[in-house]
Amino acid sequence: MKRKIAIAALGAALAFFAGLSFTRSRHLREPVVPGPSVSRVAHLGDYFGPLKGTVNDVNVYVLEGKEPGGTVLLLGGTHPEEPAGRLATWIFAENAAMAKGRIFVILTANRSASTVTRLGGAYPPDFTIPTAWGGQKFRMGDRWSNPLDQWPDPEVYLHFPTRQELAYVDIRNLNRAFPGRPNGTLTEKTCYAIIELIRREKVDIAIDFHEAELQYPVISTIVAHQKGADLAAAASMFISSVEGFAIGVENSPKALRGLSHREIGDATDAISLLLEAPEPFLDATRGRTNRELLLAGKDEFVVRAGKRGLLFEKIDEKGWPIDIRVGRHTSTVLQILEIWSGDNPAKAVVLSGVPRYTDVVQNGTGAYLKDPRTVDPAKLVFE
Amino acid sequence: MNTIVTVLYYLLTAYVAVLLVANFLKDRKWQDEVLYIIVLIPFVLRLLRLK
Repeated sequence: MKRKIAIAALGAALAFFAGLSFTRSRHLREPVVPGPSVSRVAHLGDYFGPLKGTVNDVNVYVLEGKEPGGTVLLLGGTHPEEPAGRLATWIFAENAAMAKGRIFVILTANRSASTVTRLGGAYPPDFTIPTAWGGQKFRMGDRWSNPLDQWPDPEVYLHFPTRQELAYVDIRNLNRAFPGRPNGTLTEKTCYAIIELIRREKVDIAIDFHEAELQYPVISTIVAHQKGADLAAAASMFISSVEGFAIGVENSPKALRGLSHREIGDATDAISLLLEAPEPFLDATRGRTNRELLLAGKDEFVVRAGKRGLLFEKIDEKGWPIDIRVGRHTSTVLQILEIWSGDNPAKAVVLSGVPRYTDVVQNGTGAYLKDPRTVDPAKLVFE
Repeated sequence: MNTIVTVLYYLLTAYVAVLLVANFLKDRKWQDEVLYIIVLIPFVLRLLRLK
């Protein structure tokens, strides 16, 4: 009996410390210092009541210019394990000074997915972006909603409303559940709320930020709904000639359902675009899956895969650091807005204060994250 | 419907957890006892909604 008690106590200790670690990670609070143009912080639940009070009743930062203009939605954290997207939207929310138009910024579109890491993936629970004031810690997150919030997965996932058969686990993938449905799963309800936001706020352009493994053919590109093909092509040309990096354009496939670039464009009047930056951390051939790989983007095994012609993007010993990936996103958005505003003066979206690619690479992402200790705590917002 | 299925899965999880505890108490070999406890941990964490 003594032996059984000892073994049970050992098990209880293991469960306790594991549970403590998971709880800390799930409830890590990420401060946001709303920038000069944030007029209010709404919630997704404001656009779809049943989402209110749930883990995905996420913050929507509303940035408004002094003059009227167009409306843009920036979606970060659709896949939280692709942190350049979240960090780029963070920079917009904390730094953008709007002159014309409005920008709605969502930093953590699938907050549920940001509270869990890949089962069996040995992901770190969090990562820290160095700043002059010490550093800001972020949840690592995963591609799919947390099973604690949506469980179990079905044998077969039939996308609504097309009934296209998708991978079973993608029933928890925000970027396979658009346009969503009001009586669906948490992930589908979240998509439905985003669509409602786009419709009610008359969003002109919705931009979804992502990162991709180098073994995935859709990488370093703007994926564009046919309504935004010209805009994306022009942005690609300008970026490749003046921003210091190259980015391609892909047409959103009509036969692949559930993705933001397809469904938002089909279901609403908005132009839908999706940005992809390279993230070696996601490659199946990677070595140790740790914070260094996430932030430095260096991995000798991915480099070897590249030398064998197995990748769709170049990689060398310099890797793909987080600052390069974040800078690609900020510059791409700025170019898209500049071209859009030139072509649509009545719906222009004009802003300043957001760093371009060269700025982020030179100064680091942390240079554009605001110190929460310098702000009135009443003004702080937490993700 | 989703909520009903979820509740059923939690009941299944609890049922398996009880079986594991019963087997742990019944078993005589320490290796098997350790194994039962290790297998039990993820079930407990799910029931407590920690993972």
